[in-house]
Amino acid sequence: MGGAALDVTRLSAGYGPVRALREVTLDVPQGSVVAVLGGNGAGKSTLLRAISRTLPYYGGASKGGSVRFGGAPLHTLTADRVVAAGVSQVPEGRQVFARMTVQDNLRAGALGSTGGRAARAAALRRVHGLFPVLAQRAHQRAGLLSGGEQQQLAVARALMAGPRLLLLDEPSLGLAPMMAARIADTIRQINAEGTSVLLVEQNAALALRLASRAYVLEVGEVTLSGPADELAASDEVRRRYLGVVDEDAADDAFRVTEQAGAAGPGGRPPALTRWVGP
Amino acid sequence: MTTFIELLLGGVSLGSVYALIALGFVVIFRATEVVNFAHASLLLAGGYVTAVLSDDIGFWPALLTGIASGALVGAAIEFLVLRRYRGSDHSVLAIVTIGVDILLVTDLTRRIGTDVLAVRDPWGDQLLTIGSVSLAQTRVAALLVAGLLITAFLLAFRYTSWGVAMRAAAENAGTAALMGIRLGRVSLGAWAVAGGLAAVAALFLTVFPTPGLERATSLAALKAFPAAILGGLDSTTGALAGGLIVGVTESLATGYQSDLTFLGRGLGDLAPYLVMIAILLVRPAGLLGTKETARV
Ligand SMILES: Nc1ncnc2c1ncn2[C@@H]1O[C@H](COP(=O)(O)OP(=O)(O)OP(=O)(O)O)[C@@H](O)[C@H]1O
Ligand SMILES: [Mg+2]
Repeated sequence: MGGAALDVTRLSAGYGPVRALREVTLDVPQGSVVAVLGGNGAGKSTLLRAISRTLPYYGGASKGGSVRFGGAPLHTLTADRVVAAGVSQVPEGRQVFARMTVQDNLRAGALGSTGGRAARAAALRRVHGLFPVLAQRAHQRAGLLSGGEQQQLAVARALMAGPRLLLLDEPSLGLAPMMAARIADTIRQINAEGTSVLLVEQNAALALRLASRAYVLEVGEVTLSGPADELAASDEVRRRYLGVVDEDAADDAFRVTEQAGAAGPGGRPPALTRWVGP
Repeated sequence: MTTFIELLLGGVSLGSVYALIALGFVVIFRATEVVNFAHASLLLAGGYVTAVLSDDIGFWPALLTGIASGALVGAAIEFLVLRRYRGSDHSVLAIVTIGVDILLVTDLTRRIGTDVLAVRDPWGDQLLTIGSVSLAQTRVAALLVAGLLITAFLLAFRYTSWGVAMRAAAENAGTAALMGIRLGRVSLGAWAVAGGLAAVAALFLTVFPTPGLERATSLAALKAFPAAILGGLDSTTGALAGGLIVGVTESLATGYQSDLTFLGRGLGDLAPYLVMIAILLVRPAGLLGTKETARV
């Protein structure tokens, strides 16, 4: 299950007259976890739907730009071909099939699998290993699971297709900190097993801990990007997405400048790149 | 008592035929959220092919061709008409099916004219008699065939990949697409299955005691609407329950008509609708339908 790089280039999308994404460029190197941060309505879900080619089901459409996975274009495919190409998405708000059993939800996830019976059986063993609760609740209706269990099911269902890249839309949404942390651990493990991850989150602290690289999306545009640890240290991100109050941020900023000063002219300048358009 | 048992069995048999129609109706609704007003004409089309061919090529080949034609007409409606309107509002699609219905019924009634096309079925007007209870063999055959088809359908719906895809698409189209499910195929399959089931139902609506296929056959098919609605439009089990309730009510009301003359004539035809209205007053979503709930 090797990874492949995802390259999104100047991708635009919208819903009717509403433009939700403007020339977004980002990439997910093979085997990495990349985070996309942004507030409500920033266009995060739209980005994932544009990649998975499911925008039409929400009344939207891509309006230009390209998406390539391992060099092959995804932006010309239908949703089922995208899954077949190895890209699976966990939708925002879990969206488990509430009236179906846990087991049937996993079977639905396996419908997009290009492998045979053996591959599907192996995928099922894998997700039962990752989420033992799903094996215990196999015959229960998915709608009766707790929020955390539903999130586990949503991730497991996406893994059933054996993806090489997993798109996750706010997996920590509405979860208690403990459960969010467990989901984070699982994402780390899935990635360690060779699946690349594009993680969309409002919970910036969690996302920046998992990701090696992050992008900040505001009103449909990438406004900031860089290595996750540097973004985590930046004033703007701390203030706006990590909930650090201004004074602390100012303190920090002060300390950082002091350190930079101490490091002298040989000190490495922050590698943050402010996005200034094409 | 004998009369009652005979009427009850006849009603169950008739109900199982209505259930076949209602099942197709529900399958289309679940897979595509379209209320298919063309269902009666779908039935007429399948029945017409069976009736016309049964003279020339024999009953069983004619029935198989009829079923295949029903499935084909269903698939063609989906592929040639509804697909063009994909993304439109569901009420627009429902109106489109009314248009299709008018076209099909007009053409078929022109072909049928005032004829009554008798089907050369192997049962004829023979009776099956056990003790003092006797039932037309066609009714027994209807019950067996419908029971078999419904069981096969429910098993497939539950256990096959086709069924899983169908249920997933019914619950959430966008999420089903994320699973790699091809929604176009799901909806094409639903229409084909519904057309095939309707063709089988058409056969049993045109054999003894009915003289044969005529223009009014599509009216008989309309009784499956209250069956589907009172069962809850989106429930397959509801379609079965609804079919049986309508069949039994109709059979009993017709059988005891002479005792109920104070209620007027034609009660048998009216009773299914009265039952539907009574049930919907108590349970607006139908017996087994899902209530419209909006989660915030
Ligand atoms: N189905 C839709 N129809 C019309 N406009 C939509 C639709 N979905 C999203 N939008 C609009 O597109 C923009 C981007 O929305 P999107 O859902 O991508 O944001 P988001 O970053 O995922 O937000 P959130 O964190 O709240 O999920 C918003 O202005 C939103 O109002
Ligand atoms: Mg979103």
